[in-house]
Amino acid sequence: MRLKVVIIIIGLIFLSVGAFAQKSTQSKSKLMLNGKKVYDMYCQACHQADGNGVPRLNPPLAGTVYVTGSKTRLIDIVLNGLTDPLEINGEEYNNPMAAHSFLTDQQIADVLTYIRNSFGNKAGVVTTAEVKKQRAKK
Amino acid sequence: MQKIILVVAMLMVLNIVVAQPKQQVPIQLPTGFSSKIVANDLGRVRHIAVNSNGDLYMKLDRLVNGKGIYRLRDKNNDGVMEDTLAFGNYTGTGIAINNGYLYATSDQTIYRYKLDANQNIVNPDQPEIVVDGLINKRQHASKSITFDKEGNLYVNIGAPSNVCQEQDRQKGSPGLTPCPILENAGGIWQFSTTKTNQTLNDGVRYATGMRNALGIDWNNEVNDLYVTIHGRDMLYQYFPEMYDQKRGAELPSETFYRVKKGDDCGWPYIHWDHFQNKKILNPEYGGDGKKEGAPNAISPLVGFPGHMAPNALLIYSGNQFPAKYKHGAFIAFHGSWNRTPEPQEGFYVVFVPMKDGVPTGKWEVFADGFSGMTPVTNLSAAKHRPTGLAQGEDGSIYVSDDKAGYVWKISYNK
Repeated sequence: MRLKVVIIIIGLIFLSVGAFAQKSTQSKSKLMLNGKKVYDMYCQACHQADGNGVPRLNPPLAGTVYVTGSKTRLIDIVLNGLTDPLEINGEEYNNPMAAHSFLTDQQIADVLTYIRNSFGNKAGVVTTAEVKKQRAKK
Repeated sequence: MQKIILVVAMLMVLNIVVAQPKQQVPIQLPTGFSSKIVANDLGRVRHIAVNSNGDLYMKLDRLVNGKGIYRLRDKNNDGVMEDTLAFGNYTGTGIAINNGYLYATSDQTIYRYKLDANQNIVNPDQPEIVVDGLINKRQHASKSITFDKEGNLYVNIGAPSNVCQEQDRQKGSPGLTPCPILENAGGIWQFSTTKTNQTLNDGVRYATGMRNALGIDWNNEVNDLYVTIHGRDMLYQYFPEMYDQKRGAELPSETFYRVKKGDDCGWPYIHWDHFQNKKILNPEYGGDGKKEGAPNAISPLVGFPGHMAPNALLIYSGNQFPAKYKHGAFIAFHGSWNRTPEPQEGFYVVFVPMKDGVPTGKWEVFADGFSGMTPVTNLSAAKHRPTGLAQGEDGSIYVSDDKAGYVWKISYNK
């Protein structure tokens, strides 16, 4: 009897973990899909379809800690733009980036999740709550 | 001992192998022409100059072994430039030889080095400063130079801006009228070569309304200045209701101008549209894709497809090439980025036939294949990007590449 209960409980745990994992995968792929839409419209002109940017002008999004590192710094760059000199892997980039605060919290969360998990990058998702918090700090 | 010799010998062999070009893409040329790689792996080679004795000078925009200027010389006249001299501890784009001096530029300073009777640099570590303190706000900061026959120097001071909006590159930000940038940038300034330590105020704003005239050369046949200008970015991205994806890739035109003193090419108020053959008012200044503007601005000689980035201009004065090339213009197109997601364009050298200072026919691609692929879907995959042009004493021309640091010599073999 006790054994059965234990098995059932373990089974339930497995099931729920499985379901949770599935749900999280689904929502992430949806984030990625929505993120790509935002990327194609507002980002790829400068950062390019492969996320490698343009030498001397527009910085790459692939393989840089600016993208895969601090989320707050990354959110701030999207909200406020960036005009300071930027050096990535020994290369300086000279075109200013415009502020993109006109994007919604959801769009910013989606696109940042997208760039953090595209072009060979692998980093955590960005949530709308995180974007909202940074926007409130402005 | 023998081992050491063996190791040293192996290292030498390795070194020679390393010195060979790592990649070779086939360059396509018209019948009768051939190309040869004369420099490679020097990184960001921007503009180049060839001296009367055949020395090749290259201005680097990223230091290689701490140096920003490289000179290659063929000491034993065997056709191979085996002797290397490196000097100058600054990055930049412009380089040219004029009246016994080598001139080179950083993004804010024009330097020069005296050449002796044997065409050696007298003091490579102590150049004179011809002009200092030119505007350098990083964007469009390259300082290209050329000279007339009266001892004047001409320098491109690019506008540190896309289209002189209140907020640069901000979608929806209006354009400024008048554009304050034009006071000390966005044009060509003329300086005397008889003075040193000059600043902007010692020069004359020779021509204005140029976003970034990176290609610049003096046409000795007609004694006028010629330039190629990089057109504005982002027509489609900012104004999709007026410019669809394809039109935004093709427009605005990259332009080739003949420039006289006092001329205005119309930036930032208009762009050239080579489909309509008109100066079209930029939408930031009230344009709708059709309305014309800047009635006093001059029109270009040629409007090329958009965004291809004409980085260098050479008016051909040599006798080696067939007659049709004499007095015509070679233009090195760096290759585009602002056509995404359409395929990128450019990455070639174009020829414009000219006589008496005006085009006599359609432009044509002269040297192609630098990108190493067709089409170029991702700019980062392009192998080479043409950036500089120079003409040798024998009438050959040289093309530089700032992606992999190559220089090709192109000759006509009859």
